[in-house]
Amino acid sequence: MLRFISKRLASALLVMFTISVLVFLIFFATPGVDPAARIAGKSATPAVLRQVAKEFGLNRPLPIRYGLMMFHLFIKQDLTSYVNIGDRIIPQITAAAPITLSLIFGAVVIWLFVGISAGVVAAKNKGKFIDPLVMFFGITAISIPVFWLGEMVSIITQGGLHRTVFAWVPNGGYVSLTQSPWQWALHLFWPWVTLASLYAGIYARVLRGELINNMNEDYIRTARAKGLSERRILYRHALRCSMITIVSLFGLDVGVLVGGAALLTEVVFGLQGVGWLTYQGLQNLDLPLIMGCVMYGAFFVVLASAVVDVLYAYIDPRIRVVA
Amino acid sequence: MAEEVNIINKVAMTAVDSESPWRSSLRQLRRNRAAMTALGVLLFMVVVTLLAPFYAHHFAHDNPFVPNLQGRIKIGNHFREVMQTNTTGLGVTPVGPTWNFSKYFLGADELGRDVFARVLYGGRVTLLIGFSSGLICITVATVLGMLAGYFGRATDWIISRLLDIIWAFPIYLLAISLSVILVTNGLDLGIIHIGAGSLLLPILIIASVYVPYVARPVRGIVFSLKERDFIHAAVASGASDWHILRKEILPNVMPSVIVFFPLMVALNILTESALSTLGIGVQPPEASWGTIINDGLQLLHTRPWVAIAPGICIVIVCVALNIFGDGVRDAFDPRAKLRGSI
Repeated sequence: MLRFISKRLASALLVMFTISVLVFLIFFATPGVDPAARIAGKSATPAVLRQVAKEFGLNRPLPIRYGLMMFHLFIKQDLTSYVNIGDRIIPQITAAAPITLSLIFGAVVIWLFVGISAGVVAAKNKGKFIDPLVMFFGITAISIPVFWLGEMVSIITQGGLHRTVFAWVPNGGYVSLTQSPWQWALHLFWPWVTLASLYAGIYARVLRGELINNMNEDYIRTARAKGLSERRILYRHALRCSMITIVSLFGLDVGVLVGGAALLTEVVFGLQGVGWLTYQGLQNLDLPLIMGCVMYGAFFVVLASAVVDVLYAYIDPRIRVVA
Repeated sequence: MAEEVNIINKVAMTAVDSESPWRSSLRQLRRNRAAMTALGVLLFMVVVTLLAPFYAHHFAHDNPFVPNLQGRIKIGNHFREVMQTNTTGLGVTPVGPTWNFSKYFLGADELGRDVFARVLYGGRVTLLIGFSSGLICITVATVLGMLAGYFGRATDWIISRLLDIIWAFPIYLLAISLSVILVTNGLDLGIIHIGAGSLLLPILIIASVYVPYVARPVRGIVFSLKERDFIHAAVASGASDWHILRKEILPNVMPSVIVFFPLMVALNILTESALSTLGIGVQPPEASWGTIINDGLQLLHTRPWVAIAPGICIVIVCVALNIFGDGVRDAFDPRAKLRGSI
């Protein structure tokens, strides 16, 4: 088991290293891209370009620049922005992280509750009217562009109804949990719903499929033969088994979201989390900021998939042997 | 009597057995009412968007790609300006929906252009990107997955590591990073030059980020096929690798690949709209549903239809693709494990 864990961690580190090289190459070595021209602006003279290249160390060979950037990011932790000269990257990320985590926390609660109950209801009523109805809602939820959903929420809650039904919805912004838990939840409620809808749809669909498959397994027949009630069979046997798939999906999804996949929700609601920060970096082509955000994101994605793998190996010894 | 029924059943069974798996799958798909309805909706949307120039020239009599800030339109018996001065006297608001197909059905955008005509034109671009990047993605992924699975060893190692890297990369971050760089500069690969505003860029970017989603399962299927008797028989009879890949493996991989296609197209359309809404997908003067949603952002509370209409189109198309995709899966590969829209 220990050997499996160390092997998995080594490969996780390798993946992170490759991602950092890839991001670096995308921004510095794509044919036709000149970072110095980006920083200096459109009408810069060649002399200014040379000056900028020298100042930012852009005239050095690529591997050295990569090494320096990683050194400042991970070891000295004093990497600074190209755009807002002097701004350190790491404090910005650590300041943004709680906002992203708050957003994801509430969304997770909503999507697990809605997704799991919808999946169970649909599977329980297979062949009746309610099953295709629930599944239609599931399909719709996964077919809505997140950004657009955010805009629609804004039209509804901030438009004509804002004076009456939705008077309780704040005009955007963020209040931290420590400041006021009630205001925190109030400000984040609609972003939570927006982010959760896609995942609730996915989980409901996956869970329904798993439940229906599991209900045809031999152990369910055994349980029926023992005389257990249908209710007990569904919740204690089939659901429990189906949750394995949900748990592994869940691990990866949360990893990806904490890593910045909530970007669109954050941008549309103006929540200044890590995704929003990444977006700012991308708009200004602020490479150190992008590098910091992507490495932060990659860390959670890689960590989540490693944790899921290790948990799996713990549950199912066959995986250890194969790996 | 009972014997007769038995015989009829037997004849029916053999008739089904002798049908090729393709035909029986297609037949099953045709009998799936939900999937056929979805296909109908899809075809309807494709035809309507293809009629965009026809609508613009013959019904609306305008060019939805040219700003119309000084124009006037006739509503009822009155002439009104397309860009109406606000009651405060400051700034202008574009005309709202007239609900009249002959002019500004959904109103105008901030440049005075006909939103309905733009939604039709935008649909062509969105659907083009969705389908062509889906096709490219699935083709590349199938080739890579087959090569990795069939040849194994070094080939497999290189391809698998390549896929692992893309897989581990947060998809949106990868797509956004590539778009930011390429959309501002274009892609210059010596002989091939793709301009910064070209539709090829979003198509290629979206196609490449989703390759691992298809290539990995294909590789797994080929791995298990390789050990089957009919492949051993082909090898023993002296068939070349090329022949085996094309004639023995590909037909067995195809059902699983086909199942991915409609779901990939839906996913691509959503990705395109996300990139375009962020301003790094389709570039002006081209328009897509995503860019129109972006245009609507500034008019969200005065002229909400600019943002609402393209979004509804995306939802309709993606719901139809997902329902059709579910039908295709049930017909071709019922055991395929697909996660939601991915």
